Amino acid sequence: MILSFLRGHTFSHGVRVAHHKEQTASRPIRRLPFPERLILPLDPHIGKPAVPLVRRGQEVVRGEPIARADGWMSLPIHAPATGRVVALEPMPTPRGPRRPAIVLEVDPADTQEMGWGEPRDPLAMDRETLIAAIQESGLAGLGGAAFPTHVKLSVPPEQRVDTLLINGCECEPYLTCDHRIMLEQTDDLVTGIRIAMRATGVQEAVIGVENNKPDAVAAIRAGLREEDPIRVVVVESKYPQGAEKMLIKAALGREVPPGGIPAQVGVVVNNVGTMAALGHLLPRGEGLVERVITVAGPAVRRPGNYRVALGTPIEFILRHCGFEGKMGEFILGGPMMGSAVSAVETPITKGTSGVLMLHEREIEAESRPAEHCIRCGRCVEACPMHLNPCELGWLARKREYDTMAERFHLMDCFECGCCSFVCPASIPLVQYFRIAKSILREQAA
Amino acid sequence: MSGTRIELRTAPHAHAPVDVPLIMRHVIYALLPIVAWSVWLFGLGTLLLILTVTATALATERLLGGEGGERSIRDGSAVITGLLLALTLPPAFPLWMGVVAAVAAIGLGKMLFGGLGMNPLNPALVGRAFVQAAFPASITTWIPPLGAERFTSVAPSTLAPPFLRPEGLAEWIADQRVDAFTGATPLGLFKFDGVITPLRDLLAGTTAGSAGETPALLIVACGLYLAFRRFLDWRIPLAVMAGVVLAAGPLHLLDAERFPDPWFMLLSGGLMLGAWFMATDMVGSPVTPWGVLIYGLLIGLLTVVIRLFGGLSEGVMYAILLANAATPLIERLTQPRVFGAARRKE
Ligand code: SF4
Ligand code: SF4
Repeated sequence: MILSFLRGHTFSHGVRVAHHKEQTASRPIRRLPFPERLILPLDPHIGKPAVPLVRRGQEVVRGEPIARADGWMSLPIHAPATGRVVALEPMPTPRGPRRPAIVLEVDPADTQEMGWGEPRDPLAMDRETLIAAIQESGLAGLGGAAFPTHVKLSVPPEQRVDTLLINGCECEPYLTCDHRIMLEQTDDLVTGIRIAMRATGVQEAVIGVENNKPDAVAAIRAGLREEDPIRVVVVESKYPQGAEKMLIKAALGREVPPGGIPAQVGVVVNNVGTMAALGHLLPRGEGLVERVITVAGPAVRRPGNYRVALGTPIEFILRHCGFEGKMGEFILGGPMMGSAVSAVETPITKGTSGVLMLHEREIEAESRPAEHCIRCGRCVEACPMHLNPCELGWLARKREYDTMAERFHLMDCFECGCCSFVCPASIPLVQYFRIAKSILREQAA
Repeated sequence: MSGTRIELRTAPHAHAPVDVPLIMRHVIYALLPIVAWSVWLFGLGTLLLILTVTATALATERLLGGEGGERSIRDGSAVITGLLLALTLPPAFPLWMGVVAAVAAIGLGKMLFGGLGMNPLNPALVGRAFVQAAFPASITTWIPPLGAERFTSVAPSTLAPPFLRPEGLAEWIADQRVDAFTGATPLGLFKFDGVITPLRDLLAGTTAGSAGETPALLIVACGLYLAFRRFLDWRIPLAVMAGVVLAAGPLHLLDAERFPDPWFMLLSGGLMLGAWFMATDMVGSPVTPWGVLIYGLLIGLLTVVIRLFGGLSEGVMYAILLANAATPLIERLTQPRVFGAARRKE
């Protein structure tokens, strides 16, 4: 306790990474124009793909539902722009090179007003209606995992959830969109939290913000009412502070058991961007059609935070924000956990928090060949899950995947990348673990 | 947009600015002051010994190591093995025996196990142990520090031809005009004559002993530099020293005549060099937090036991080699507690 008082709220292990946030942190959110075409994958999130409600050639209005949810673990899709459906076919998406998608041609003459929605008071709804309304909004976690929000917020009564934890850490380098949202959409954020509290029935909400964003902490505190059972907890800025389990530990002092979920310790975690979107959409009765992304990296000429229509291809963003270089690497999300895209047509989806552009220089600097493990122990000291990546790495090279899982807790690795980040021998540890896990999963299936 | 090549790698797309060559380079930097002081204390012959041993280590690595050997040379780990080995040899050790030691260190200590990262035992100490067994007389033949002629002449043993008994060392030592040189190290003096060397000499290194093991203060300073730069694990030397104090302290309290002060145990012989630069060799030490402590304590305890109860006056080398060998077992017993797992069985 005394230690945590001295060091601020935090978790043990993890790594200190260069933040690179100065590039965009002070840039207010601006709206990016609409591209000519939007690509809307039917399965942008975990769960079942949506079922299209439109035909080729059909005209749609911005905000109109164009695909419906297929059951509980599924979300509807709303047209992000007024225009015409030009195709229903497999397209490259963040989840794979060919996934079913709706392609929309944007009407260049239209003013792109929201043409759909019905204002209402979500705080007056009963829980069931509210959860249904959240599903209808198509909202998924905007922090990266894109887990359907209505599923997350419907906690079964036997789980005894008492706290709603809002993740405002944004511990990934470069990304600042959540930071800007906390500053610019504070009212939406607080409204969203009130709605989520009603939906989950919890008594208290805690917003965890890293101590490198004092302005966001001040803005939120100013936006709260005296009687709101919501408080801000300032946590240490360290990677991966924004990982669910780490944040729960840092902000609430609770440890989620291995293989467990936050609800087991009475917590539901949501990201600030998701809550702000909830607070914006529900009172208006609108669907999710856009999101804020950070466009950053050494290779971008006009970095910043942009509000973009879902389905906007990376290519359009590159053109609009100015990419410099002949060879590029385009990463969706942050550098620690984000994945590089294989095609520039790949669209922004609900879970895309940023586009990071690197060019030759950084790519070369990072392409060091792997050497032998020198058993320096840095990875062990970095792993926030307290695993032994060194031993896991040796076992992976020997293909002893079962031992990895049975004796060294492979399945508790959440691929944060800390071990690879610190490894002086440049061993692609996380990549080993991803492969090992997928092989084990295949064997089990 | 067309013409842009797309690069595809897996996360993380960032890396800490520390790689193996950087770590090794700093270890070499930290060893250089010790090397310099050693040459200042013992003279030209020692410089020749250090150069010969290091060059042999490099050559052996190159010849036996293939591609991995090339890497070890580039990243500097072969230089470190050579330097460390040289620092543990007597200052007037015959050069040809130094060559044997270096070949043994790299060949037996490293290559036999598959190169850097695969060697369970500290290669420098394997080389040292090999010559200790092969040349028991030469490995315990010492010369005085700060000899008058140390920069103008070389001890006859240094240049002794292979397989012949070195001659004339006694006369050479007499020429150095050093008062009361007994030919024994502080540990030997204590063990066989009950004499305690003054603290000042132990700190400065102005005693007989291996080329680079005597200046306790300098070794600690160099070790601290690496610890502060996080290129060595500070917990290991600390645990080793704690182990020494824990073992030697109570004994000293029991019988101060027979068992020396823990201070003396810490500052004499190869303890400091071993604790800061040998025990901390990453490859042979555990990676788990508790494992590191147990490993260090074990080295401290074993050293005291061998020194006080064994037939040898020095025990650091064997203590470290034994602890190296125990590392896999220690690691197995000290796997970290996974985040969120119950601390105790419920
Ligand atoms: S960080 Fe890399 S070199 Fe160090 S112990 Fe882990 S895997 Fe081995
Ligand atoms: S990627 Fe997995 S093993 Fe590596 S530090 Fe993160 S949780 Fe630990």
